Amino acid sequence: MEKFLWAFLIGGTICVIGQLLLDGLKLTPAHTTVTLVVTGAILGGLGLYDPLVKFAGAGATVPISSFGNSLVKGALKEFDSTGPIGVLTGIFQITSAGISAAIIFAFMGALIFRPKG
Amino acid sequence: MLQGHQTWVFESKPTIISSAAVGGPHEAQGPLAADFDLLHEDFWLGQDSFEKAEKKLQEQACETAIKKANMKKEDVQFLMAGDLMNQTVPSSFAARTLGVPFLGIYGACSTSMEGLALASLLVDSKFAKNVLVCTSSHNAASEKQYRYPTEYGAQKPPTAQWTVTGSGAALVTDHGEGPKVTAATIGRVIDMGLTDPFNMGAAMAPAAVDTIEAHFRDLKRDPSYYDVIATGDLGRVGHRIAGDLLKKHGLDIPEEIFTDCGILIYREDQPGVLAGGSGCGCAATTTFGHFLNRMRKGELKRILVIATGALLSPMSYQQKESIPSVAHAVSIEL
Repeated sequence: MEKFLWAFLIGGTICVIGQLLLDGLKLTPAHTTVTLVVTGAILGGLGLYDPLVKFAGAGATVPISSFGNSLVKGALKEFDSTGPIGVLTGIFQITSAGISAAIIFAFMGALIFRPKG
Repeated sequence: MLQGHQTWVFESKPTIISSAAVGGPHEAQGPLAADFDLLHEDFWLGQDSFEKAEKKLQEQACETAIKKANMKKEDVQFLMAGDLMNQTVPSSFAARTLGVPFLGIYGACSTSMEGLALASLLVDSKFAKNVLVCTSSHNAASEKQYRYPTEYGAQKPPTAQWTVTGSGAALVTDHGEGPKVTAATIGRVIDMGLTDPFNMGAAMAPAAVDTIEAHFRDLKRDPSYYDVIATGDLGRVGHRIAGDLLKKHGLDIPEEIFTDCGILIYREDQPGVLAGGSGCGCAATTTFGHFLNRMRKGELKRILVIATGALLSPMSYQQKESIPSVAHAVSIEL
């Protein structure tokens, strides 16, 4: 039960940070998203994001910052097994499911539906 | 005739012999629905792109205005039209359909009054007998052009405005019965350095104030001369800023006559419209529909419409330029 509470609080905090970037610092939606991704990547690189995931579960994996973490994790993993070129080949390894799904479902959605506005 | 620094007084008083307003689904839910000649439930107007839908809005507004005057399109010497799209294609393409000699104009959301002023100038100077003015905007086409496609799901702050899906047309002639265009004040481009495209009302308010002050200074008139003084699309945020600025400059327009087309066109509680309406179609449909209808009914005798335009482009915004604005005022009297 405690895990749900932490997921709610940590996930909520990340979203509040995003909202503050959007409204307070007047970042564009794209800049806000990118800021969160880069922050997640830096935290992942420093080895701080995975403990957060262990602690808050979906509260840390669902927000977009988790995507930055996954990018770095994939790159580091491939770097370990194949050397420097692994940074290039590994970066989308873990995230490829998410990216491919986004492209494929968006394509299927565009085939079936018309935008309403 | 030029009076003062930047105001034209039309001595022959060109007549708006007919006018038309066409709107979309959101305008149909607004309080001015009854003033539209044609309302569309379908955001696409049966077309396969939003830009084509906007062209259709213009065609219908022009055709309705011509029909209401019992004229044929051959009777119209010139069409002046503008909109918000790149290279103003809805206007040019609607002009292709109509086949009337065409002058494309651009003043962002101030285009309706820019067009009405220029059309009146043509008629007053006897360079034309009948001139048709038309402007339009389409919500989805504008979102695509200036902001984010809806699918992107970007949040909007409460200062943002909702682009009107609609087109307004007015037929200005040298004869006939109807409201008369008596004067027009051409505005300067004003830039107070604002950069937030989600708060266009605030960016445009100083331009509206500059033109309103110029109008009353040039004509040595008092605001009480008018029954209604309406800004184009400042919305709830910008209109308040304009009112405060005018007061600060010593020009107190009574609240009961000072209004804004962007506030009038939607209900306050209408979902999504936030601070109110905007776009080339906002001042056009509200003036050529609502206000002119009220004048024809005799409820209003003298009105001043100050259409405001934010002269940004997606390119200038991306290059972090501020938002220069312009406002043109046209005085219409019975």
